[in-house]
Amino acid sequence: MSVDTDTVRRIAKLARLAIADEMLEPMAKELNIILGWAEQLNEVDTGSVEPMTSAAQTALKKRSDIVTDGHMQEAVLRNAPLTEHGFFVVPKVVE
Amino acid sequence: MSVQEIYDARHGEKGGYLTGATGEWELIIGMEVHAQISSKAKLFSGSPADFGGEPNEHVSLVDAAMPGMLPVINEFCVAQAVRTGLGLNAQINLRSVFDRKNYFYPDLPQGYQISQFTYPVVGRGEVRVDLPDGGVRVVRIERLHLEQDAGKSLHDQHPSMSYVDLNRSGVALMEIVSQPDIRSAEEATLYLEKLRTILRYLGTCDGNMQEGSMRADINVSVRKPGRPLGTRCEIKNINSMRFIRQAIEYEARRQIEILEEGGSIHQETRLYDQVKGETRSMRSKEESHDYRYFPDPDLLPLEFTQAWVDDIAKGLPELPDAKKARFMSAYGLSAYDASILVADRETAEYFEQVAKGRDAKMAANWVITNLYGALNEAGLTIQTSLVSAAALGRLLDLLADQTLSGRLAKDVFEIMFSSGGDPEAIVLERGLKQVTDTGAIDAAIDAVMAANPDKVAEVKGGKDRLLGWFVGQVMKSTGGKANPQMLNDALRQKFGL
Repeated sequence: MSVDTDTVRRIAKLARLAIADEMLEPMAKELNIILGWAEQLNEVDTGSVEPMTSAAQTALKKRSDIVTDGHMQEAVLRNAPLTEHGFFVVPKVVE
Repeated sequence: MSVQEIYDARHGEKGGYLTGATGEWELIIGMEVHAQISSKAKLFSGSPADFGGEPNEHVSLVDAAMPGMLPVINEFCVAQAVRTGLGLNAQINLRSVFDRKNYFYPDLPQGYQISQFTYPVVGRGEVRVDLPDGGVRVVRIERLHLEQDAGKSLHDQHPSMSYVDLNRSGVALMEIVSQPDIRSAEEATLYLEKLRTILRYLGTCDGNMQEGSMRADINVSVRKPGRPLGTRCEIKNINSMRFIRQAIEYEARRQIEILEEGGSIHQETRLYDQVKGETRSMRSKEESHDYRYFPDPDLLPLEFTQAWVDDIAKGLPELPDAKKARFMSAYGLSAYDASILVADRETAEYFEQVAKGRDAKMAANWVITNLYGALNEAGLTIQTSLVSAAALGRLLDLLADQTLSGRLAKDVFEIMFSSGGDPEAIVLERGLKQVTDTGAIDAAIDAVMAANPDKVAEVKGGKDRLLGWFVGQVMKSTGGKANPQMLNDALRQKFGL
């Protein structure tokens, strides 16, 4: 697997990363080196091994349906650059 | 649309086509319904899940996606999804996996939605949709998965800014995906109504479309009958039955027009504009279609035992299809009447109370025609109605023992409907008891005949249809209380007919 500059441009856009045009080529090269390195793992035959979903052999932790949280509007909004009437305020986004 | 195979179960089926300039077109519809799970707390946090509240009050640091916060699943929400799966006769997957669906939007603070992609908690099932002609249309369910709701953006509060309220962020949703088994706008709404009925019976979703507890994404395509499936467009987030019908009808016409002019349909997401009554492209969504799903590293696979599922199954109520079948066999009702009565649990219980020990068909008629008619007109529901099942039952008793004629019973019903009260008391109070005394009826007839000798002569001369006029006059003079059958018989006797 390898990526070209168009793929890098698209991924950057999806990840909301600003990558200058002249950086696309070097970025593609670097990514291809990383991908090539990861692809070495394909040399190992894992056909008979169950996929590992977690390093810890435990079951998913579950909670009961009880309200124990919320009601902390001030804390929730504290880091926001702009708030009004209890809302986060962001540049207009309309479909 | 999630990963799924599409089967064309109704290939080659005839009828119900749309007509375009070049002939007939078949409309193909599949639906993705988002149903909010009825629960106290959210899917992965302990914040309240109920509708409303001051902005950002039902929000924890988990829902606001503050760094370092971890999701912990609400077991009851899982049970609700399993209960729904059982109600849809679906396969329950004892192991399923949560994935991240990645996209950026201000009301999605995580930058991804926790959802299920490859391994949903519920697999294939079906919904049996009751048609107005009494028939049943089976719509296959492809899957049901658990996911988080997003927050809400308000765009009309400020000229240049949007307001974001995260109260809904993290609320548990079930996404219920159907196969493309729906063939008309009407079937689409009937499917949604049936699905809502099932969810309400199960108590897993309140089905309130106005509050957004149930929203539908609709996949629409058209094809020439017998041809392979066409390219579909997805209409997003419609929350009323009327708009669903309108959006489908508009979208089908739009696609037919494009195809008939030699164009082709581009697979895309469209929005329904309720004001203009048309669908339009959601261009901003185009680029975000690459959701880059991957297993959520914060969550282990969701696993439970068959015994746990069996326990949930034991607690299921009698579901609408079973109830409908029972109403048909035990009460002798038609499929159509039975499907109306079971459409919600309260109505079904109400009907059974009225029917108990009485003529069930008559009870069904009164509930469907008289009570429903009046409720619809007044904008009430069976829960807010002033007529209790016990009172309606007693009214039917008065009808059965001839205290009231059908007409008088309707009058008494109207009084009960507008001001409540017991039918017997109303009859006594207003003197509405039917006159079944032949002497009194004869006397009333004699009086009318004596006052109208010319009309009497006309009837005797062969003008039978004037008999109706006499019935009217006697009814008038008895305040509508004469037993109609006895009155008719007595009149015919007087005229020797």
